[in-house]
Amino acid sequence: MTIKYLGNASEGDLPPLKIPYFLDRIPAGWPSPADDYVEHPIDLNEYLIKNPAATHFVRVSGDSMINACIGDGAILVVDKSIEARHKNIVIADIDGSYACKRLLTRPKICLASENDKYNKIFIKENESLEIYGVVIAAINIIK
Amino acid sequence: MTYALVDCNSFYASCERVFRPDLKNRPIVVLSNNDGCVVALSKEAKGIGVKMCEPWFKIKNSFTSQGGVAFSSNYELYADISSRVMQTLEHSAPKIEIYSIDEAFLDLGGINHCTDLEKFGYECQEKVKQWTGMPVRVGIGPTKTLAKAASYGAKKYTGTGGVVDLSEKRRQRRLLSIMPIEEIWGVGSRLKKHLNRMGITTALELADTDTKLIRRRFSIVLERTVMELRGHPCIGLEEHPATKKEIVVSRTFSQKVTTLESINEAVSDYAARASEKLRRENQYCRVVSVFARTNPFRLQDQQYSNILSCKLNLPTNDTRDILHTTKMLSRRVYKKGYNFIKAGVMLSDFYDKGVYQSDFFIPNSKRPKSEKLMKMIDKINANGKNKITFAAQGIRKPWSMQRHFQSPKYTTNWDDLLIVK
Repeated sequence: MTIKYLGNASEGDLPPLKIPYFLDRIPAGWPSPADDYVEHPIDLNEYLIKNPAATHFVRVSGDSMINACIGDGAILVVDKSIEARHKNIVIADIDGSYACKRLLTRPKICLASENDKYNKIFIKENESLEIYGVVIAAINIIK
Repeated sequence: MTYALVDCNSFYASCERVFRPDLKNRPIVVLSNNDGCVVALSKEAKGIGVKMCEPWFKIKNSFTSQGGVAFSSNYELYADISSRVMQTLEHSAPKIEIYSIDEAFLDLGGINHCTDLEKFGYECQEKVKQWTGMPVRVGIGPTKTLAKAASYGAKKYTGTGGVVDLSEKRRQRRLLSIMPIEEIWGVGSRLKKHLNRMGITTALELADTDTKLIRRRFSIVLERTVMELRGHPCIGLEEHPATKKEIVVSRTFSQKVTTLESINEAVSDYAARASEKLRRENQYCRVVSVFARTNPFRLQDQQYSNILSCKLNLPTNDTRDILHTTKMLSRRVYKKGYNFIKAGVMLSDFYDKGVYQSDFFIPNSKRPKSEKLMKMIDKINANGKNKITFAAQGIRKPWSMQRHFQSPKYTTNWDDLLIVK
């Protein structure tokens, strides 16, 4: 695996989430030759959120999606403006509470967990399936 | 000209539903500060006979036994959902005016040439529902007053699916003929009485009244309403909110307050909050007022109510100056032997930074570094948790609001995120 160094996280007065992106290290006590090359700070919001008005964060409890790298305590970025499709991971209303599952529309509409311990939930013909939103990213804090 | 009014259906109650699928079709009420009375209700709650402003203790038992759910007001959540709805509408129309927390006017100029307006209304409704979970209705018309009337029609007649287009003259007149005048935008109960006396009871009758007569008997404002009802636009879209002229922070106490210390503490707390708001507007105030009153519903109590104001030498937005003034005022507003139920602070007479006439005889004794200090305090408290406060604001605050049934702040607090399994 290769690792690309993007820069240090912000300290001090910068607003949260803006990570300054320097092209070079700055020698102390000398005007930086890299000054003119400072680019826009990297913003995680920009990376994770396409449509702020329709995006919510939710927190996962349990291990039912563990095979999709969504562990207990992970924070999911959910976009409500996206129409859910086959194989999307979605937040859906199951018996009056929201749950995270993979939506399968073929061969029969069902909500599947990513953990063999749990059975698929099939949607019967006269039942309606309400999708709250589509999961576009999962944030796992690993330390 | 074509305008649309987009209005959220039972806004507060619908906000509570966004994260709670189990509340679908259940009666919901939202209670006022201190869980006193009903300030918002879902249509299911209306259906089982709950009325606006009813005291909670009166309906509590029958409401909950019928499956109803009550919430304390959760303004953090409502403000966030409102801004999401407004952002979504900005995607739909070139210009919008945010009229209140749950309503916005859209300027549909040009859109009528590209698409059928009714179709646009349904698409807009669908989009807001999908993006934010908020059900809305859409009223469309050639003037803002007619758009408002269309929205009334969409609410009153469920067969419309929540969208009414009043572009056609014939449809305008049909709706106005069955619309009581007090439902017209800008006609209140006082005007209603006067108009009724002249034999005008429906919106159509008002629209057909001579404008000169209306101007002579009432005002140019009502004349404009008549013109708008006839389809002549007189009121434009206000895209930029006007700067505030005053800031009021006041709350009802959770229990009766009798001591000067408690009044002082509460007033100081409101003053600090008001100063923070003032700085957010980038304004400086010169007049500070404090008011307090007893509970008029406690007939057995002696009643008292008073407001006192003070004009400062120089405009300020430093919390310390304002606290100093409100303390002096609350000492004078307070009277021993009364059971106070509410107090508040009002800031007014605003100035922009550096724009005021200083007094030759009064030294310009601005506190050094005031601006820096206030900026720092506001920054530390930016997340709304009040990490740093002035001692005068009190610590235990026994008088502060009680909100026993508040839902989590799903969208503004990391600890309150929706949990999914």
